Amino acid sequence: MKIAKLLLASAALAGFLGASQAVADTSGKKIALSNNYAGNSWRQAMLKSWEKVTSKAVADKIVAAADAFTTAENQATEQAAQIQNLILQGYDAIVINAASPTALNGAVKEACDAGIVVVSFDGIVTEPCAWRIAVDFKKMGSDQLDYLAQRLPEGGNVLEIRGLAGVSVDEEIHAGIVAGVSKHPQFKIVGSVNGDWAQTVAQKAVAGILPSLPEIAAVVTQGGDGYGAAEAFKAAGRPTPIIIMGNRHDELTWWKEQKDKNGYETMSVSIAPGVSTLAFWVAQQILDGQDVPKDLVVPFLRIDQDNLEAALAATEPGGVANKEYTLEEAKAVIAGK
Amino acid sequence: MSAFVPSPRLVRAALPALSLAALLVAIWFVQPRAISYFGFNLMLNLAMPIAFATIAQLCVITVNDLDLSIGAFVSFVACVGATWLNETPLLGAVVLLGAVAVYALIGALIHLRNLPSIVVTLGMSFFWLGCSVLLLPSPGGSVPAWLAALVKFRTPFVPFAILVSAALALIVHVGLMRSAWGAILRGAGGNPAAVARAGWSLLRTKVTMFALAGVFGVLSGLSLVGLTTSADANIAIRYTLLSIAGVILGGGEFVGGRVSPVGAVLGAMTLTLAGSLLSFLRISPDWQIGAQGAILIVVLALRALVNRLERRR
Repeated sequence: MKIAKLLLASAALAGFLGASQAVADTSGKKIALSNNYAGNSWRQAMLKSWEKVTSKAVADKIVAAADAFTTAENQATEQAAQIQNLILQGYDAIVINAASPTALNGAVKEACDAGIVVVSFDGIVTEPCAWRIAVDFKKMGSDQLDYLAQRLPEGGNVLEIRGLAGVSVDEEIHAGIVAGVSKHPQFKIVGSVNGDWAQTVAQKAVAGILPSLPEIAAVVTQGGDGYGAAEAFKAAGRPTPIIIMGNRHDELTWWKEQKDKNGYETMSVSIAPGVSTLAFWVAQQILDGQDVPKDLVVPFLRIDQDNLEAALAATEPGGVANKEYTLEEAKAVIAGK
Repeated sequence: MSAFVPSPRLVRAALPALSLAALLVAIWFVQPRAISYFGFNLMLNLAMPIAFATIAQLCVITVNDLDLSIGAFVSFVACVGATWLNETPLLGAVVLLGAVAVYALIGALIHLRNLPSIVVTLGMSFFWLGCSVLLLPSPGGSVPAWLAALVKFRTPFVPFAILVSAALALIVHVGLMRSAWGAILRGAGGNPAAVARAGWSLLRTKVTMFALAGVFGVLSGLSLVGLTTSADANIAIRYTLLSIAGVILGGGEFVGGRVSPVGAVLGAMTLTLAGSLLSFLRISPDWQIGAQGAILIVVLALRALVNRLERRR
């Protein structure tokens, strides 16, 4: 009797050990993307990247399904209902780009309670049971000042173009820029406008403030607004300062033209829309039983003088420079490298 | 055989229930596991705030007005619920009572100055939105624990959301459709001249209905924020149109006085479940709004048909 019990226990143990070794079997798992908005080039590129990487993962039998769902109106209540529907549809993991960092917490908690892995990225959620792939927007701001300090050691006047007022991303990048200025006090922000991350809005806003400004040595931006700023300086007949770019195709094209003409130097920084594919792999790794920290920081995509041509060639007209993640690259991010 | 043909009046009253039943059958067909205690809990818990907002809208439509600020008002209540009501409960309660009083005042203003309610409430929607943004500039806050526990309460056998909706429909039905007071309130919308000539104060009925709308708006906001656990100034902007659609879908009409509380609650549930069905069917989000509109048009077309039958008799 005793021996039989012992045998049974050891068999069970062996089975358990065997199971824990046979990882990477997520072929029966289904992952859903819950997305709150699809109305700009960045989001379109994000969905395209998701489609490209996940359809290959499904074809390779890494996961059973990876469907994308987008709400029509960018409303938190609508997305909360969508997440509840996804729970009922039996998905094993839900990847979220959230309409609100807090208003989805109730639905996210319900998903967690139902045993579903929730990974949020870009627009993250604060519910503790979910994983977060956040962008270090603050560093994105302070890095711009670090770059300028290296290009212009004696400093100068800086014009700041901000994003959409009242959005947390704008607040964070701005805080990073303020921190950068206090670290490099030789720079002085002499003007600040809202460019709404859009070329035309930025051009109008910069053109409006330029006549009141002294000589500008550099323009710090948030992405999507660099080309508009360059056009405004040109129209006003003022010398072109160092304008930090934001990886958009029109910005990179303009930079390339200037570089060929007069050796213009700058840098470009933004978030790659392919971060959705990183979130996909993170969800897959969690389903796989890997130990993944709850808070991951995604590196932003930076383009410098020497890799400009390659980045421009890889970017579609009207699009944003992108990077799609492979499983190996995702593992490196998870490991904190 | 001909004795079995139901009267158009009955068909008309049954239409909201029939559309809901048809929707449930479709959901059962597409996603059988959704038709369960767990499934209904998930699909319908967000129907609870929408049902409250729909009844609030119904109160205003009863007196032949339209409230375009209900979505912003519900958002404001949600913001209060996630901030003041949690930190200083007394202040929170006072502010919510004050908000109901503001609603009553708007009713008085619309009546006394004979203003178009659409214009006044559209203006008020910006007022409420502004208050929400001042209170909660960026999304966040947290709700009192009792509120979150209350709305997530798990009743045995029948989900809490269904019980609340049924109780809501019943109470408003008895109050508005069966009581003597209800007849006067509806009459003030349907035929104000007659009600005034009979010696009733139109001002008082209008203030009553707007105050009731405020009360149901507060209930909507509190149940919503209890579910989401934190608020956002734009959290319920969609409720304005959803609530109007719910009232109309449930058999109400814009002429005042012709409303159906039971139908309105069923209408709110139909609209909520329609979203679930479309998502289960994997209809592209670009088409979902169109599909929701199509459901509305089909139900309204059916009703027009019933109305025509009614007239022929």
